[in-house]
Amino acid sequence: MSIKTSNTPLYDRLEKKLCDIGMRSSISRAQDLLNARRNSAFEELGHYEEWRENAASIRSHVLDNLDYYLNQFITQAEKSGAHVLFADTAEEATGHALTILKKIGAKKAVKSKSMVTEEVGLNEVLEAASINVVETDLAEYILQTDDHDKPSHIVVPAVHKNRDNIQQIFAEKKGYTGDNVPENITRFVRNLIRKEFLTADVGITGCNFGVAETGTVTLVTNEGNGRFVTTAPKTQIVFMGIERLVPTFEELDIVFSMLIRSAVGAKLTSYLSFITGPKNKKDKDGPEELYIILVDNGRSHILESDFKDVLRCLRCGTCMLECPAYRHICGHGYGTLYPGPLGLALVPVLAGYREYGEVTKICSLCSGCNDVCPVKIPLYESILNHRRIIAEEKHLIGKSETFAMDVYGRIIGSSSLFSLGTRFARFINLLPKVGPLQEWCKERELPQIPSERFRDWYKKNRSSSNRGENK
Amino acid sequence: MTVTLSFFATCLGDTVFPNIPIHSVQLLERLGCVVRYNPKQTCCAQPLVNSGFQEKAKQSMITLMGALLEDECQYIVAPSGSCVLQVREYPELFHDDPRWAAPARQLAERTFELSDFIVNILGVTDVGARLSGKGAYHPSCHLTRLLGVIEPPRILLENVKGLEIVPFEGQDRCCGFGGSFAVKLGPLSGAMVTEKVDNLVAAKIDYLIGADAGCLMNIEGRIRREGHAIKVMHLADVLMSG
Repeated sequence: MSIKTSNTPLYDRLEKKLCDIGMRSSISRAQDLLNARRNSAFEELGHYEEWRENAASIRSHVLDNLDYYLNQFITQAEKSGAHVLFADTAEEATGHALTILKKIGAKKAVKSKSMVTEEVGLNEVLEAASINVVETDLAEYILQTDDHDKPSHIVVPAVHKNRDNIQQIFAEKKGYTGDNVPENITRFVRNLIRKEFLTADVGITGCNFGVAETGTVTLVTNEGNGRFVTTAPKTQIVFMGIERLVPTFEELDIVFSMLIRSAVGAKLTSYLSFITGPKNKKDKDGPEELYIILVDNGRSHILESDFKDVLRCLRCGTCMLECPAYRHICGHGYGTLYPGPLGLALVPVLAGYREYGEVTKICSLCSGCNDVCPVKIPLYESILNHRRIIAEEKHLIGKSETFAMDVYGRIIGSSSLFSLGTRFARFINLLPKVGPLQEWCKERELPQIPSERFRDWYKKNRSSSNRGENK
Repeated sequence: MTVTLSFFATCLGDTVFPNIPIHSVQLLERLGCVVRYNPKQTCCAQPLVNSGFQEKAKQSMITLMGALLEDECQYIVAPSGSCVLQVREYPELFHDDPRWAAPARQLAERTFELSDFIVNILGVTDVGARLSGKGAYHPSCHLTRLLGVIEPPRILLENVKGLEIVPFEGQDRCCGFGGSFAVKLGPLSGAMVTEKVDNLVAAKIDYLIGADAGCLMNIEGRIRREGHAIKVMHLADVLMSG
């Protein structure tokens, strides 16, 4: 899939999403439900700020010493029998996977949900090589069945669909004849997917966090599909971003405590999988060969930039759940794989300002995301900083807006021009409704501006007692 | 002890909603302050900064620093959380500027949002206002989250005689204003304010009260578009009622 999920221009995309009343009601319901769960989970935990500080400092420490921990992780993983491969780019990452699959003559791969495989566009590459790739996370399976619909959230990718939509998808594509009760639909899907697990040659997963001390790959899942993907097929391939490490299990405990509460508002998920190397002689299950592909794909560049803090991200998606703009357009409105505040902070520096800078417009700067990020990423500040880079370093803002800003800057930069200019503000209602005024008036009225400004009132009523006015 | 302060009217207050600075000045005077106003002041430059034009914004910040510091008052007060937030960010923006780093720090230290100033500096929680009816308070994002002024507006409103303040669904959520956001992505911003107004209407209130003119302009514009009877008031308007 890669970073880009839509070729429709930003403005058209947003308008289209705003018309999708069903999606908007699904998203707002999910936001309200999951945010309430998250808040009560953290309330129960207590000492929220201290937990956040702690988790943030763990992640920062790893980023500050990433070469050390990567080295340790690779050494330990190889010692446990895993093959570790490094990929600078998305192409290299998918290339590694393809080589492995071809070597063993794989025809079918089962996958558990992984954002980094989406980021590098793995499914497309494998499908082009005639390998059957089956998503086994229920939500991902829904999307795959629905003609490869795009994820609208990084943790709950089908959150834009309701039970009726899902019933209809399976009725049309898979012959489902049951009702819209989630348990019944899930039972139906479970029977379909189970066959896939048992006939797959390869299991492909992401990795929530790697534990450097032991070379362990960890997976947090709720459906059990992750456990199946990592135990049934003979070969397992793990994709992980190079920044997704913690030093030891002690730090993993803290990071997971924050990740799971933030993502789904629970203390723990149903499954936590810890995979250290391939199956050994004593093990009944598990892959005979385990490959770990470490994906850079722009991350080391971010490490050197002003946006290093963004790499602390746990991929919990809670910033999206909190975001008032995301609420109305879901992940699809952004047109990027990583949407919401995280997407705005990450994507321009991960994939380039020229193509993705525009996405930073989708923010009212409310800073709600900052307050809920479990690792205290300065999302608000990062978004503002991107806008500065776009406007003043990369010069990617259109001529007319730059000109307007220049004029505005000159007016407010001069006391006399400002005083003169504001005399005419009250005629705003007489202006033709084009450009910014048109945008404003689409959904609301313009203010009715009185003829007397504050400064006029002050001069009339107070100036004799004020020395400032006489200067 | 008489407090002498320099008043920052904000560009939106000066030009679009003069009732807000007028009521603020009258209120501060009623509370015993000597209020000075320097007409050389312009705008905090937030619209430029938020659009990414930080460098283009600096001249106006310098103009504003000059105007607000000229009267050498111990305090500078503005009836806007958002503008005060911007001013408090000047030290960061000018930290390596030999001429303006010190004034930027001085301005940031001295500048307070109106309700914060009344409650935390003057130590007043009841200004003796009266307004009869049911109202809701919109905690604007910059004031609440970034400036951390959470309680002062609520305390002042609680003490207004005759006014019942009620909570409403989605109270803490952004109204969709976001400055240039509202004129760049009008429909999205519009969807946000529409939800806000839906929730206000459901709360069956007479007044919507806030402490930031930008957000109030946005919400009021939507209320008027839909034709509801809710009156939108700035905190200063409420505190000068009765």
